[in-house]
Amino acid sequence: MPVRDTTEFSRTMLRFRFNLLVLAVALLSAPVLSDLVLTRVDRRVDLTSQIVRIASTLKIENTGKDSVSEVLLVFPERQAKNLAYLTAVSSAGKGKAKASAVNLPVENVNSEGMPPALVAYQVSLPEGGLGKGESFTFDVSAVFSHSLQPFPEKITQADTQLLVFEESAYFFSPYAVKVQSLTVKLPHPRVESYTKLENTKIQGSEIKYGPYEDLAPFSYSPIVVHFESNQPFVVARELVREIEVSHWGNVQVTENYNLVHGGSQIKGEFSRLDYQARPHIRGASAVRNLVAKLPPRAHSVYYRDAIGNISTSHLWGDSRKTELEIEPRYPMFGGWRTAFTIGYGLPLQDFLFESEGKRLLNISFGSPINEIIIDTLIVKVVLPEGSRDISVSAPFPVKQWQETKVSHLDVIGRPVIALEKSKVVPEHDQYFQVYYKFNSISMLREPMMLISGIFLLFVACIVYVHADLSISKSSASYLAKLQWEEVQSVIQQVNNLINRCLMVHDKLDASLRDLSRTGDVQACKAARKHADGLLKELSKELKPLLSILQTSPQAAQILPKVEELVVRERELQDKLMVKHTTVVDCYEKKVSGREIENRIASQQNKITALRQEVDDLLDFIDEL
Amino acid sequence: MVGKSEPVNDSVKSHPTPPPSPLSPKSPDLLSNYFSFKTLKLKTKQQELLIRVSILCLVYVLAFMTRLFSVLRYESMIHEFDPYFNYRTTLFLTEKGFYEFWNWFDSESWYPLGRIIGGTLYPGLMVTAAALYWGLRFLRFAVHIREVCVLTAPFFASNTTVLAYFFGKEIWDTGAGLVAAALIAICPGYISRSVAGSYDNEGVAIFALLLTFYLFVKAVNTGSLAWGLASAFGYFYMVSAWGGYVFIINLIPLYVLVLLITGRYSMRLYVAYNCMYILGMLLAMQIRFVGFQHVQSGEHMAAMGVFFLMQVFYFLDWLKHLLSDTKLFQAFLRMTVTSAVGVGAVALGVGTASGYISPWTGRFYSLLDPTYAKDHIPIIASVSEHQPTAWSSFMFDFQILLFLFPAGLYFCFKRLSDATIFIVMYGLTSMYFAGVMVRLILVATPAMCLISAIAVSATIKNLTLLLRAKTKAPQSVSGKGGSSGKASSKGSLDQSPPFQKNGAIVLLFGAFYLLSKYVTHCTWVTSEAYSSPSIVLAARGAHGNRVIFDDYREAYFWLRQNTPPDAKVMSWWDYGYQITAMGNRTVIVDNNTWNNTHIATVGRAMSSYEDEAYEIMKSLDVDYVLVVFGGVTGYSSDDINKFLWMVRIGGGVFPVIKEPDYLVNGEYRVDKGAAPKMLNCLMYKLSYYRFGEVTTEYGKPPGYDRARGVEIGNKDIKLEYLEEAFTTSNWIVRIYKVKPPKNRW
Repeated sequence: MPVRDTTEFSRTMLRFRFNLLVLAVALLSAPVLSDLVLTRVDRRVDLTSQIVRIASTLKIENTGKDSVSEVLLVFPERQAKNLAYLTAVSSAGKGKAKASAVNLPVENVNSEGMPPALVAYQVSLPEGGLGKGESFTFDVSAVFSHSLQPFPEKITQADTQLLVFEESAYFFSPYAVKVQSLTVKLPHPRVESYTKLENTKIQGSEIKYGPYEDLAPFSYSPIVVHFESNQPFVVARELVREIEVSHWGNVQVTENYNLVHGGSQIKGEFSRLDYQARPHIRGASAVRNLVAKLPPRAHSVYYRDAIGNISTSHLWGDSRKTELEIEPRYPMFGGWRTAFTIGYGLPLQDFLFESEGKRLLNISFGSPINEIIIDTLIVKVVLPEGSRDISVSAPFPVKQWQETKVSHLDVIGRPVIALEKSKVVPEHDQYFQVYYKFNSISMLREPMMLISGIFLLFVACIVYVHADLSISKSSASYLAKLQWEEVQSVIQQVNNLINRCLMVHDKLDASLRDLSRTGDVQACKAARKHADGLLKELSKELKPLLSILQTSPQAAQILPKVEELVVRERELQDKLMVKHTTVVDCYEKKVSGREIENRIASQQNKITALRQEVDDLLDFIDEL
Repeated sequence: MVGKSEPVNDSVKSHPTPPPSPLSPKSPDLLSNYFSFKTLKLKTKQQELLIRVSILCLVYVLAFMTRLFSVLRYESMIHEFDPYFNYRTTLFLTEKGFYEFWNWFDSESWYPLGRIIGGTLYPGLMVTAAALYWGLRFLRFAVHIREVCVLTAPFFASNTTVLAYFFGKEIWDTGAGLVAAALIAICPGYISRSVAGSYDNEGVAIFALLLTFYLFVKAVNTGSLAWGLASAFGYFYMVSAWGGYVFIINLIPLYVLVLLITGRYSMRLYVAYNCMYILGMLLAMQIRFVGFQHVQSGEHMAAMGVFFLMQVFYFLDWLKHLLSDTKLFQAFLRMTVTSAVGVGAVALGVGTASGYISPWTGRFYSLLDPTYAKDHIPIIASVSEHQPTAWSSFMFDFQILLFLFPAGLYFCFKRLSDATIFIVMYGLTSMYFAGVMVRLILVATPAMCLISAIAVSATIKNLTLLLRAKTKAPQSVSGKGGSSGKASSKGSLDQSPPFQKNGAIVLLFGAFYLLSKYVTHCTWVTSEAYSSPSIVLAARGAHGNRVIFDDYREAYFWLRQNTPPDAKVMSWWDYGYQITAMGNRTVIVDNNTWNNTHIATVGRAMSSYEDEAYEIMKSLDVDYVLVVFGGVTGYSSDDINKFLWMVRIGGGVFPVIKEPDYLVNGEYRVDKGAAPKMLNCLMYKLSYYRFGEVTTEYGKPPGYDRARGVEIGNKDIKLEYLEEAFTTSNWIVRIYKVKPPKNRW
């Protein structure tokens, strides 16, 4: 280690000592607390990751007269500000019955009169406390974030990362401690230095302090461990998790990470060549990938950032979990930052339950990424539009507020419950519950809105086509258009009439066929009479229409065709009548079938030709 | 309803009702059976309308879908270089509102000069996208602005197909319109600029161009003031969207001039042109980037000249009406025309000399003279899309349209009208420009499609007419079963040459084959060539798997996250827009290339020795230098290959930089035989720093450059004033940090 670094190191130690001095001064004024005595304290410090976990087993005995219901846990303020999570578990009871672990931050103004440099937490003992002479054993688990300091603070790509950990060799407590020991577990056997006290042993990657006996309250003996650790130092400065509930069967989770590598910062060059091809100087502490354990049956997983999709990720899944391995766009060296978003969908039935008319969303609070420290975690639960009576129950205190989010097809916006918590460690990854009321009919609102929107569009189209939107009602072109429409409707009527005529013709033909089959001349004559009457009526109806067409200037082009059509139809009518008469006559005279055929053959030809012409004319007029 | 009757006061029959097509054969006995159904059945006209509308709808959808290859292959992202600027400004517009956008002074580009965004861009695209975005938001669709930007170009391409239909209908008939819509929907020349993610001005500008032309032709055909007004607004939209509006403001006067010369002057033309020109000009002046150019720039003077000529014409027409003496009129005509031309020439001369009328810009010159840019403006010549077009790219972008184009011209000349003259002129001029510059193929595409559509539609119509006329007789005979009195009327057709029907069938199949070839070609081109975002590179790995090189975004995101927010990044101008948009850092130069000197300074720094470059970089406050290097992956459009342009552009302003210093016997090399200046200039050092230790390919020596296929000449590169800050995983982007000055003692 260069000389300058050593001086820096000693300067750090100096600062540390100064802190102790302040602490010691503070302690002088602290009163000796109640008659509790810790008969045995075992502490195990786990330094294998960036998160410091101290598990302590405390055996406590009441030597006083009164029964005691609370035990105080005291931390120096410097340590307490990094304390992220604290639980006490009674190990005496069967089945590890949890003591009512109450996290009560006790200020020094409290009757005990704690010095300002101390923060105390109070653990309530079960069942009316501890009587005289009784003893009780429980486990305390404390989790600290950011309490490992990289030292040196800046390293090059080739260096390994060294960390400093500070603690007291003696259990810091307001009570006297009879026997105690401390074990520090390191990720590697490689230790740069550590404070050597009496009874200090190093075994592989474990350093043991103690046992120490009969120590007074507030005994303090600082130890410093300086060791090598290349564990990923991933710190999320902010994580916003958005959990959106859709009653159509999906819970969409979107997590926006804002990460920084909290270890020793890189100085000098970053060489890709070394990183890729020189394993020993590639930068051991760089974060290459992160692993997120998503709930089972997670689907539609994506991984992207502000400028697009990131293609380096892998996903595995089985029935118990889904594992997502993501690589940031670049390896993260000390001090480097990155930001990204992962999102996934979860099946609704795994997380949403219904009870007593209320719905209950039960979902995890923390991040699915392994061993990550989150400075600020904001969880937003977006409920469907129309949810009411929303309440939250969280396993630990959180800051809470409500907002609204406007998403697809929302009118008033969806209610959003936001929960905020700082200093979050993986131990916080517990389930929390959101209760709300929601009417299932409201689910149909958005589809109905879409349907009605499209329906309105069609209605608007229909209205537009039928509405008369011209401004000037007296302009020539407008009048011409009106006239033309009139002409068209008249022509349409003419067409209909002619078609009806043709139908009458067909009936006549049919009557002839009947005649040839049955020989009923009278019926045939009656049919003809009927047809005659019909045709006359039709031609009467036709007359006013034709006169309209003759007067209208717009019809000038089409008029000859219409007139021709009428004439041809009349001719056809005449021919048909003649044919009809001939056939009926022949039948009356009992002429043979072949003879009849011969007689009407020429007429039939003409009729067919005329019919063809009429049809062609009809088609032509139709196409206008 | 489309295709309504003409108004009574209509003096021209723009599209007289087509002659009654031979009636479809229907045997009468069949007819009588279905008589009762006939009232329920759709009329032929309605059937035709239904078919037409459904074809149009399908074409509309097709035009959109075929542009989505890039989204499916990659992701919904912005492509290329310029679109990133457009995206960034659109984002700003949607976040801050129009007023802020219009007055935006961007300090993140052109450091230390900055750029007035509102006054130096065509806002049409951004406003369009923002309007779409706000519209969707209003309708409660919570879309992201990026999605809107990505899909703007395909959406407008779809609209263009509808426009092509109407235009085709206006100049020929509905059939040609439909074919034009189908052709333009998949024409690669247009797709190249309008795939999803290609968020560039051209995406909406082609729509605006065609809209203006269509409305103008409509105005000329009808003489209606309303259409003239509409075309002026179309022109305004075009001006607001793209600098290519200069094409419109020169083509339309040219067209008017041609009509005047060919004696087709009419009141309709007078109304259409005057309305369009005056209003269009006034509207265009509202765009700050264009400003008073319509009255002050040489490129717009043709339109003004034609405008005055129109007035002279009208005046003469009026005089002719008054003067009965033809001799007197002839004399007066000569005098007026001479004096008018004289006055015009003098005004132009005085304007140009006094500097009131600015001369033509270099870009305009290079259009008229393709060799101009190469000799005078290296910055224009350095852009690959400004190069003259190769034959292969014509073939690539137009395929059968290239052959159909002359055929279409033939049909147009055969049925000459005001509208067909316009499309002919549009086709010919745009073909010329497409030949001059690759990117102008885009402008030629609509004309190619329309003219080709006329060819296809007319040919197929003729062929089917032949077929139907022939088949009618036998069909009616068989249908009537013996009594065929009808066939005699069509007997004349039977005298047509033998095998005509077979020939027609063969030709029809040929046309069908060609068109289907066109479809497969277009789809192939779209999927293979035009759907790559160019910011993400994809290649096939050794086992046929797809390998993604996402180095650009890796580097930009690194810049965004791990450099101080006020860091200044120096790179060649190609990457400027991307660095500001994705890296969110200040750049020295970017793709806006408005200040040649500034770019030349960067070019000079890149081509100087490290110590000289350091001085330049210090004077520009540069913190990071970014270079693109393809030696490891074989990516050929990297900075070393662009380096000669940096030298040329730098040398154009700073004579210290001389191109021959970097060449050996006129050859550009990077290996051992390279020029000493080349081996030690900043660009070389930054690209190849520590590259000499890398083995890129099995069996090759270390330091083998795969992009150029040589072993590099200088493997021992030491950097004194810079240090490597970041290199992406495939080495494509390398970022260097400029070290602070050394202590003096």
